[in-house]
Amino acid sequence: MIPVLLIVIPLVTGLISFFLKEERSAKAFALLSSVATLAVSLISLFQSGDSLSTDASWLPMLGSRFSVSLDGMGKILTLLTAVSFPIIFAATYNNKYKSPNAFYGFMLLTQAGLMGVFCAMDLFLFYFFWELALIPAYFLCSKWGGEKRIPVTFKFFVYTFLGSLLMLVGILFVYFKTPDHSFAISSLYNLALTYGEESFIFWLFFIAFAIKMPVFPFHTWQPDTYEQAPTAVTMVLSGIMVKMGVFAVIRWLLPMFPGASERMADIVMILAVTGMIYASLIAIRQDDMKRLVAYSSIAHIGLMAASMFTGSASGIQGVIFQMFAHGINIIGLWIVIDVIEQQLGTRKFSELGGLAQKAPVLAIMFVIMSFANIALPLTNSFVGEFLMFNSVFNYSIVLGAVACISIILAAVYTLWMVQKVFYGEVANEDRVVLNVPINTQLMLAVLVAVVLFFGIYPQPMINLTSETVTKIIAQIK
Amino acid sequence: MNTIILSAIFGVVMMFSGIFIHNRSAYKNISSAALLLLLVFNIFESQGSSLFNINTTNFLHFNKFGLLFNSICIFSTLIYVMLSGREIEKAGNNTAEAHALIFFVLCGIGIVTSYTNLLMLFIGIEILSIPLYILTGSDKKNLKGNEAALKYFLMGSFSTGIMLMGIAMLYGSGGTFMLENVVKNGIVSYLSALGMVLIFIALCFKVSAAPFHFWTPDVYDGAPAVITSFMATVVKVAGFAAFIRLIEGRLGSMGSQTDRLIAIVIILTLAFGNLTAVFQQSVKRMLAYSSIAQAGFMLFSLFAVNDAAKEGLLLYAAAYSLATIGIFAVLAKMDDMTLEGFNGLSKSQPLIAALLAIFLLSLAGIPLTAGFFAKFYMLSAVVKTGKYLGLVIIGVLFAAVSAYYYFKVIQAMYFKDGNVVLAPVTARFKYLLLFVAALIVVLGVYPNALLSFLYF
Repeated sequence: MIPVLLIVIPLVTGLISFFLKEERSAKAFALLSSVATLAVSLISLFQSGDSLSTDASWLPMLGSRFSVSLDGMGKILTLLTAVSFPIIFAATYNNKYKSPNAFYGFMLLTQAGLMGVFCAMDLFLFYFFWELALIPAYFLCSKWGGEKRIPVTFKFFVYTFLGSLLMLVGILFVYFKTPDHSFAISSLYNLALTYGEESFIFWLFFIAFAIKMPVFPFHTWQPDTYEQAPTAVTMVLSGIMVKMGVFAVIRWLLPMFPGASERMADIVMILAVTGMIYASLIAIRQDDMKRLVAYSSIAHIGLMAASMFTGSASGIQGVIFQMFAHGINIIGLWIVIDVIEQQLGTRKFSELGGLAQKAPVLAIMFVIMSFANIALPLTNSFVGEFLMFNSVFNYSIVLGAVACISIILAAVYTLWMVQKVFYGEVANEDRVVLNVPINTQLMLAVLVAVVLFFGIYPQPMINLTSETVTKIIAQIK
Repeated sequence: MNTIILSAIFGVVMMFSGIFIHNRSAYKNISSAALLLLLVFNIFESQGSSLFNINTTNFLHFNKFGLLFNSICIFSTLIYVMLSGREIEKAGNNTAEAHALIFFVLCGIGIVTSYTNLLMLFIGIEILSIPLYILTGSDKKNLKGNEAALKYFLMGSFSTGIMLMGIAMLYGSGGTFMLENVVKNGIVSYLSALGMVLIFIALCFKVSAAPFHFWTPDVYDGAPAVITSFMATVVKVAGFAAFIRLIEGRLGSMGSQTDRLIAIVIILTLAFGNLTAVFQQSVKRMLAYSSIAQAGFMLFSLFAVNDAAKEGLLLYAAAYSLATIGIFAVLAKMDDMTLEGFNGLSKSQPLIAALLAIFLLSLAGIPLTAGFFAKFYMLSAVVKTGKYLGLVIIGVLFAAVSAYYYFKVIQAMYFKDGNVVLAPVTARFKYLLLFVAALIVVLGVYPNALLSFLYF
């Protein structure tokens, strides 16, 4: 019942939201809905057994069932989704949007799609939600984005749509290979494919997921889209939506095609590590805060992609842990960037400086978030990154060594950003006022608390991951 | 049988009503009522109760598939007449005759969905085509319309000739017109192979599959928008019903050569339709090319010819017809049929813009719309055969291309500013459009709503 609630609450409230007239009621309604979802998600953490899965007839002729269930990884990601939305809504509560009812409606529909992706235990249902998450995001970016939003968002849409369609072909192929013609995860985990088939179908799925993550060289849509999308949507895209790709690899790709995943691991890891270094180097050269964070996100995702394919328990555990951590951290960074942009009207390093003097609290929060972004000890990313680097090193010392360069580069660009924006000379004396709204401060405090909590005491999260990791590792071996 | 006879009778009734009734807006209502009756009787027949008990000496065979296909065509026509009735009045001076011709087209559809004899195929195709030549030129004072009608007529006659030639060759080799006997199992003579290929070409022409599509953009663009709407939807999908019966009946026994032939036609059709649609500035012309592209997708059913393919074709027929009729109904009310003409429609007509967006999403095959399941069934039918997986991949690549031009219209409506000039729309029009969109969404969540008719 719980996964159904997680999907239905945002879906229904999202549809209702379109019919709300006033801006205030739309905002409050969306916040209320997301808090309700959060409550359900928190309850799910303490549940086990039947309440976590639902299975109903949906398309009997196709052999697809409405089958949703939460395992450890599902709980972590639905929790990430459930936590992020109220924080995003609350932190950007003061932002003005034209036709706010539609904005919040689309946001909630995106949430429903994301929840569905993380719960689905039927490949066809998974595909359905995968697309459901994309369409509202497309509208959000195209209608409320920046100046160049239309072509940029369209590129994003065509990339991901193409990926989805290739995946659809793959889905159909594996469907006809299952003995009982079904999309159920249990049948798909026991596929018997020939060497050639497996290698071929692997790529159909991988490209879809790689575009979503994004892994080099499929990343070109990402920086532009992050830059042009309204910041609240960028938070959703970078905090949660890119995790869909990572999640899908662990949930579907590795267990369905264990042989091909092992054979292709070298190629994927070389791509991923190349992407890490490449994105980090570009990040250093950026003059725009949003673009810098976007490239740093590519680097982080690259590490996740690399360590998933090591096929080791610590690698996959690290990825699952890091998915949550990265989501929290990057949303924190975006919130600060949004405050700066809303108040000062610019995101350019060349026009910013010395903000710490005007907003010391914001500066402290941002510094902590930045430390989390470079995975210093005591922040939540440390545990995940450590596990991941460990697994990559065990796989190949050369790749591990190259990947480690990105740690240094991450420190370079992140600290440079902190230094430039918050310290140094005060730029533009005339725009001295920087009022950080109380709700934003509060949300940042919550995020910082989460960062520190899981940095100091990661055990509950590790426990949640272990269930999934054992299952996946057993499947791969 | 009900459909064939009743539609002929209703056609004549419509013609005479032109003499006795002079209130032009009444025709639309008479026609709608007659279509509704036709639909009801067709459904009765699919439940096993025919009004007429005529011995067709096995020239016609009525099965669930054909009758459901009729139902879809009649229903689409009903929606079409109700949505675009006013535009039919404007398209020419002889409104009653236009309605009568539409009924004759339906009569032809009834034949081509049930033939078992090549002569009946020929007669059906002719009954279907000739009213269309007239309808295309129904706006007599429009030069482009006249050109289109003449072009259509000449090209159509050619293809009919080719078909007759093919039928004659098959008769020459097999000594019969019956579909099941024209090619003896296992023995394919050159004469019969050539005959089959000629019929294949003629039908490719009718459904505007490349490389026999050259008439389509000009005719669809030249004809009044309201007539194009009918031609591009109901008539086109009926062509596929005829086609799949032919392939199912005989061509399938001719082996891998047929597969290769159909695969080439599919790739050409998809490539030409999609790539050209991308560059169109006029939405009407874009829809003409997109109808070629959609035909490419429907051709997948001919490649696969299995149950999934037939279910897919039914879904495709419904999804594609309803969505396209909906778009054309709005398009026919616009002065400026270019992309710029759609700029800012979401501001002045939020409901209509939202419904149009649903239709376009359905054509692009986005989940939660009927178009998605239509494409899904088609692709799954081909994957099921286990042949040419590459063909499926080419198919989805072009589906991604098609998203490009459909989304351009959505972008214009939602993300750009402008003043749309739209003829006044009644509340009834809006509700009807809403109903069509609702149907598309229902089929997009639960396609069995339609397909279960096949089995009950």
